[in-house]
Amino acid sequence: MNSFLRDSSIVFRRQIRMNLRNPAWVLIGVFQPILYLLLFGPLLKPLVSQFPGGADNAYTFLVPGLLVQLGLFGAFFAGFSLIGEWREGVIEAERVTPASRGSLLFGRLMRDVLQLFVQALILVLLGLLIGMRGSFGGIVLGIAITLVIGGACAAASNALGMATKSEDVMAPVINIVMMPVLLLSGILLPMTLGPGWLTRISDFMPTRWITDAIRDVFAGDIANGTVLAGSLASVVFLALAAWWGTSTFQKDDA
Amino acid sequence: MIQARGLVQTFHTGRGKAKTEVRAVDGVDLDVEEGEVVAFLGPNGAGKTTTLRMLVTLLKPTAGTATVAGYDVVNQAAQVRRSIGYVSQTGGAFSGAFAGDEVVDHGMLYGMSKADAVRRGQQLFDELQLEGLWKRMCKNMSGGQKRRLDIVMGLIHDPSLVFLDEPTTGLDPQARANLWEHIADLRRRRGATVFLTTHYLDEADALADRIVIIDRGRIVASDTADNLKTQVNGDLVDLEVAPDQVSLAAEKLGAIAEQVEVSGSHVSGRVRRAGRAVPALLRDLDAAGVTLESVEVKRPTLDDVFLTLTGRSLRDAEAGPGTAEDDVPAADADHSAGLEGATR
Repeated sequence: MNSFLRDSSIVFRRQIRMNLRNPAWVLIGVFQPILYLLLFGPLLKPLVSQFPGGADNAYTFLVPGLLVQLGLFGAFFAGFSLIGEWREGVIEAERVTPASRGSLLFGRLMRDVLQLFVQALILVLLGLLIGMRGSFGGIVLGIAITLVIGGACAAASNALGMATKSEDVMAPVINIVMMPVLLLSGILLPMTLGPGWLTRISDFMPTRWITDAIRDVFAGDIANGTVLAGSLASVVFLALAAWWGTSTFQKDDA
Repeated sequence: MIQARGLVQTFHTGRGKAKTEVRAVDGVDLDVEEGEVVAFLGPNGAGKTTTLRMLVTLLKPTAGTATVAGYDVVNQAAQVRRSIGYVSQTGGAFSGAFAGDEVVDHGMLYGMSKADAVRRGQQLFDELQLEGLWKRMCKNMSGGQKRRLDIVMGLIHDPSLVFLDEPTTGLDPQARANLWEHIADLRRRRGATVFLTTHYLDEADALADRIVIIDRGRIVASDTADNLKTQVNGDLVDLEVAPDQVSLAAEKLGAIAEQVEVSGSHVSGRVRRAGRAVPALLRDLDAAGVTLESVEVKRPTLDDVFLTLTGRSLRDAEAGPGTAEDDVPAADADHSAGLEGATR
């Protein structure tokens, strides 16, 4: 375990060093949610009082949704950088060292989660600046849930990148999976606004539970069933994705 | 250092009913002694890289066993990895990273401390003429520099056995000659055992003590370049004489040569150990009154060897469709630049 952590941190440091050389990517990743926050948020202001569930602040409603979007969608691009490295022989060179193959994944995941954390902070601070209200503890917990689901998506993305080794396959897969997931998770508007059938479908989306959970904790409502369901869902996702990622990285000739 | 018995690697290609099994490596036996420099020669798709990937623990053999540096490649993979250096065709340094950083990180993954990795890396930079490039972005290095950086990464933990996969593919002639010097140094200066794959005949000829030839997943020969060349039926002796003396010359050459051919004023044939036979032949011709315009003795090339062993020339084998690894993603995919070596 000790050498696993050591190897992971070597991989992590290497990734961070390259990220710092190109910090623009961190900002590019958070650019889209910021646009939503600034250009879509104001549209919600007059509407938010009509939302079922009694939300009263447009940004306290929107920021949690954008966090989920960031966690799901942003982290999913991690696999693309893995493919780039694989193409240049980096992965193979790392795989002939005695470092455990799990650590090659784990070090990269730490980078992805750290990057997501920075992006989430930017989003939350900007939200607070323009009028979001929330309990401190709730915001911390909300960011934590975001990091768990983001870590899960990053692991899945790395696994997918390793398995397909082709951006041309990755991009459509991510789009096909992500678009319905995002639309049915109530990122921008509450699903309960829609007709019964649409709400019913979204009831089955664990990512909607996660969105609802982060919304609840931001609003200070921490101990309820929604929060439990959302947290559990994100942890289960993380466990599944970590298992998938590890087995892909350990697979022969990956 | 390397002992392989009956190594097999099969891949599956196609889908559904069209699914077929490709035996990229089909029962390879290999023995490499400590301190040897062995070239693994064969056309693209012959199974070189796949065999190598099994030996360096990147690919589990479908069947067969291999011991590398005293450890089993399947059950003791970690020990094998610690003992060997591997330089793949693509190398392992990321284009967007600094050369020195990549080397140090690589060394640390072998368990070296940062200070050790830096010291050793800088020493190797000096040895491989990369002085001053420690802080160079890898994408800004020349092809030859990049290859030498890849070798530095492969040597960072001071392995006693080094695998080089197509080390000079894609380099210009000057950079190749320079890299050959460094590869020769691996043994000369550090006593390393070197196992390199190549599809360049001159490379195998120039670097290796012994050449192992693989074709269609099977070893077809394993010997020194000289011994392999004597397997070809002798050296080519070409005599140029006056037109009216051609038949006389052909008769004299025919006494010691096989398959004498006449073309214009040229008479040629294959003679075993021509270096010893030719002086007598020249005296013979002189005594018979034949006036020689010129005489040429050509040692067989490895291309001749390949032709003798497989019935095909290396060039044809490269051009031939449907070779095993054509169907295998990532195995021998990216060397299209390979024909010039075969024509030399």
